[in-house]
Amino acid sequence: MERPKLDQANRRGGLELLLENSTKVHKVEVTTPKDGQGKVVEVTTPKDGQGKVTMKLLLSWVKDNLIKERPEMFVKGDSVRPGVLVLINDCDWELCGGLDAELEEKDVVVFISTLHGG
Amino acid sequence: MGGGGGGGGGGGSRREAIERELKKLRAEREDLDGRIRLLESELEAVPAGVSGAAAGKGVGDGSCGGSVACQSRVGNGFAPDGGLPADMIYRYSRHLLLPDFGVEGQRKLSQSSILVVGAGGLGSPVALYLAACGVGCLGIVDGDDVELNNLHRQIIHKEAYVGQPKVKSAADACCEINSSIKVVEHHHTLKPCNALEIVRKYHIVVDATDNLPTRYMISDCCVLLNKPLVSGAALGLEGQLTVYHHNESPCYRCLFPSPPPVAACQRCSDSGVLGVVPGVIGCLQALEAIKVATGVGEPLCGRMLLFDALSARIRIVKLRRSSPGCTHCGKNSFFTEQDFQKFDYENFTQSPMSDKAAPSVNLLPESARITCRDYKKLVDNSEPHLLLDVRPAHHFQIASISPSLNIPLSMLEEKLPTLETSLKETGEASTLVVLCRRGNDSQRAVKLLHEKGFASAKDIIGGLQAWGRDVNPDFPVY
Ligand SMILES: [Zn+2]
Repeated sequence: MERPKLDQANRRGGLELLLENSTKVHKVEVTTPKDGQGKVVEVTTPKDGQGKVTMKLLLSWVKDNLIKERPEMFVKGDSVRPGVLVLINDCDWELCGGLDAELEEKDVVVFISTLHGG
Repeated sequence: MGGGGGGGGGGGSRREAIERELKKLRAEREDLDGRIRLLESELEAVPAGVSGAAAGKGVGDGSCGGSVACQSRVGNGFAPDGGLPADMIYRYSRHLLLPDFGVEGQRKLSQSSILVVGAGGLGSPVALYLAACGVGCLGIVDGDDVELNNLHRQIIHKEAYVGQPKVKSAADACCEINSSIKVVEHHHTLKPCNALEIVRKYHIVVDATDNLPTRYMISDCCVLLNKPLVSGAALGLEGQLTVYHHNESPCYRCLFPSPPPVAACQRCSDSGVLGVVPGVIGCLQALEAIKVATGVGEPLCGRMLLFDALSARIRIVKLRRSSPGCTHCGKNSFFTEQDFQKFDYENFTQSPMSDKAAPSVNLLPESARITCRDYKKLVDNSEPHLLLDVRPAHHFQIASISPSLNIPLSMLEEKLPTLETSLKETGEASTLVVLCRRGNDSQRAVKLLHEKGFASAKDIIGGLQAWGRDVNPDFPVY
């Protein structure tokens, strides 16, 4: 996967995302249409008028910007595919509001694919 | 050892022989003394009329209630009044010295019964540690036999046991380490039809299995019978661990109500696993089982441990609680034992209850496929063809048929020009024969090739596995 550039000078209003897939860690900045300069990426969502980054918005951003192939391995409908555990700051996203969870600057989001082997 | 001794000049050797004999007899006496002590302490420990018929070692389907596997020692040496016999104090002294564990911890351990499902990479250290630490009864379930390619990670098994049932191998190893515990062999693959009966006999279940449907099944079974489930998993260089259905922790279905797509279910037999990784997770499973059994410490309930061997990182994350709306552990669950016995877990997850083989696909018409025997004929007749191996490069390095061109399936589309060039070199009329490990990816590749205009492409049915079986027995299996 391509590694989106992180502009150090342009962190305000942004969000750090860690997409962990084996050793792949992505530090990216997601800026919202309202307060963001849109330099790294422009996120547009129909209902998000307040410029808040929700998990729902983040998922669609990740899908459009980080997932290059087989999106069905990451998303299903507007959520993650079954078998993926989503963690916001090391906490199950179900405890933080799931798709509606609002993300803040420096939040770390991790997607864990469950293992079945032994 | 003869009676009259050897003739002349044998003074020295005669002496040595006597000394050897003495040494042997003294060792035997020591052994007998030990066994007498063991039996005496056992007699003290068993209340009159409870001991039941000791049924000798290796009872196939013994329960934890009566029969005995290793040397009989019901209650693991603890007298009813709570006193520990001297030999047990000595054996577990380092446990007893732990202020947080102590005699009470050891007693609870000795009264607990733990079922380990799977005697593989995870189950090996689990069973070894649980046997060594003195659980009262250790059950082991596994229907498989020991294979040579297990030994790099399934450390409970030895070369001499290759071809024998894993449960036997594992039980023998456990009894060698600790003859004072009871070890029960369940030589079955755990299935909905036998799981309730087996799991019911134990206090705690350890999921050390290697496949998705079995994980759903064990979780459902533990919820029905209200047993804590210590669940571990490992693949490649990563491991995961948590305790389900205990202290309000979720069940497997709370976390994963729907199974993942089949393509996301990697197996160790496809993706590989570094031997020590399940070892690490298995050790932690044994630890969690001990904590649950003794009530010492905080078990990993409502939390999950994620182990990344490559970066040497352990992350512990917080999980949701048991969900009231869960179809299985929730308040209003209607899932019954009868439902469980009828539930088709393989169909639910679309994957087999085994790590062994990926389900084979069938994507092509017969005209686009050849058997490996037919391929052999084609080679022997020197018919012009190009053999395309679509396995990943690191597979190709393990072993390959020469000559063949390696373009991994994932890169096939972008490397079609390379393929075209190679095909021209072998001649206009040549057949494009596609090969992989088991004959699934080769079909996917042929499908793609047909779409891209390579009309002659055919796949070899069953891949290299069939080649090794039907044509060249010397071809390495992996
Ligand atoms: Zn549940």
